[in-house]
Amino acid sequence: MVKAEAVHKSFGALDVLKGIDLEVARGEVMCILGPSGSGKSTFLRCVNHLEQINAGRLWVDGEMVGYRQDGDRLLTLSEKEIAEGRSAIGMVFQRFNLFPHMTAAQNIMLAPMKVRGVGRKEAKQRAGELLEQVGLADRGDTYPAQLSGGQQQRVAIARALAMDPKLMLFDEPTSALDPELVGEVLEVMRALAKGGMTMVVVTHEIGFAKSAADSVVFMDQGVIVESGPPEEVLGNPQHARTKAFLAEVL
Amino acid sequence: MTQPGEGRELPEQIRAVPVRHPGRWVAAVVVGVVFASIGYSFARNPNIQWNIVWERFFSQRIIDGVVLTIELTVVSMLVGVILGVILASMRQSPNPVLRASSWFYIWLFRGTPVYVQILFWFSIAALYSQINIGVPFGGAAIFSFDSNTLITAIVAGFLALSLNEGAYMAEIVRSGIISVDHGQTEAANALGMTRLQTTRYVVLPQAMRVIVPPTGNETINMLKTTSLVSAISITELLYASQKFSSVDFRVIPMLVLASIWYLILTSVLYVCQYYIERRYGRGTARELPPTPRQRVIAFWRNRFPAAEGS
Repeated sequence: MVKAEAVHKSFGALDVLKGIDLEVARGEVMCILGPSGSGKSTFLRCVNHLEQINAGRLWVDGEMVGYRQDGDRLLTLSEKEIAEGRSAIGMVFQRFNLFPHMTAAQNIMLAPMKVRGVGRKEAKQRAGELLEQVGLADRGDTYPAQLSGGQQQRVAIARALAMDPKLMLFDEPTSALDPELVGEVLEVMRALAKGGMTMVVVTHEIGFAKSAADSVVFMDQGVIVESGPPEEVLGNPQHARTKAFLAEVL
Repeated sequence: MTQPGEGRELPEQIRAVPVRHPGRWVAAVVVGVVFASIGYSFARNPNIQWNIVWERFFSQRIIDGVVLTIELTVVSMLVGVILGVILASMRQSPNPVLRASSWFYIWLFRGTPVYVQILFWFSIAALYSQINIGVPFGGAAIFSFDSNTLITAIVAGFLALSLNEGAYMAEIVRSGIISVDHGQTEAANALGMTRLQTTRYVVLPQAMRVIVPPTGNETINMLKTTSLVSAISITELLYASQKFSSVDFRVIPMLVLASIWYLILTSVLYVCQYYIERRYGRGTARELPPTPRQRVIAFWRNRFPAAEGS
């Protein structure tokens, strides 16, 4: 579903990603761990082209992200083509980024109606189903400011799901939450993983990685230090940096 | 189940003597007396000739002037807001030519007095006697207009006020757009929305909260600025009242009359602004404060609970 080959990204003189190679299979749940500044969030943002990569190749579902191959030339995709690519990739942000001027239901309905041209009635019904799925069936008419952080993040997940994405990206979805609210969000994500959704999750929740991930990637300073099944990477880390990080977090 | 504290007697409530503020009383009395005396002398001053003011208050000429003032305000603000949105979007555009043109427009129209601009448009015929639309750089004209017939005084007035307002609105709209968190744009983009959709459905509605209050000020300002076009003989409210005084030299009553009309119109705008700001405040506060009307109703119900349902 996602394939990265030697992906490089720099912000000015700062090299954030220094050659990332990885592959996420359909239905796989991958957790990316690593200290802050390791480039894990940046990599995630490259996958839906919120950041442009400087070198290497990146594919989602067989389609190159942001470019099209034409013989030996690369053509930049138009704004519309990029938007179309993104519409099939759900993204959940650390800071939720719900639209504060819309109710929970309106947040969920907006993209299906405007991007896909779904009718209001149909969108509303789907929003109701999604809110039920994330355990907020009675909160459709509530504005984000009236919801707790955990509830907001669950609405944000529902909003991303409304576009029927083939891939879900989570950028530290629980890092901005009070500790007692983390569980309700992870529970929704776990259910999603069980349902067969392909997910790439940048997180500090080792427990979630252990129980829900099919594979774990540990990144540090812009490179992948170690990757593999969770029991290997988390249970029996080979690299000193992974060991040090896990000792720090656990 | 009993609530914590239920069935318990409340502790003795504090009943303390409040701090006295004699200074406040003195200040209130002094200011009150000063205002009352000014008001009294104004109301009783025979030079105002209140009978003339009321006699002419609803005369046809004044009403026509009021209507024209409202028209000038509404049209110039509408065009100004539309221009402002366009110019602000140009300022944010990735295209450097659009960015620079927008900057230049704002620089030019904000940098010259609106009074000068009014006179400029009024005298446009002296600059271009013909206005041609066609091949640029001196090529053939497809449409050709005589400046004096196209740009009449009233058109000059509308043009000057609208174009000037566009420059100010552009800066207001831009500050509103900048105020919206970048995460909002990212979230909309991540959902597959284009730049235009993101602006239309996500950024602008949120920017409105920042844009509306200064736009209300601009509208109130515009209402008063329309009086400047009296300089090019447009019979709006001020010029309409001056037409009376230019005949009988009763200057003060006519100025009082015009001022009262301006105050009435701005007061109406105050009320409109209040409700529009509430509309765009949705979702920012957990609960909106009640409107004055709701407050009156609530007060009434508290006072006379029996009246309800009767």
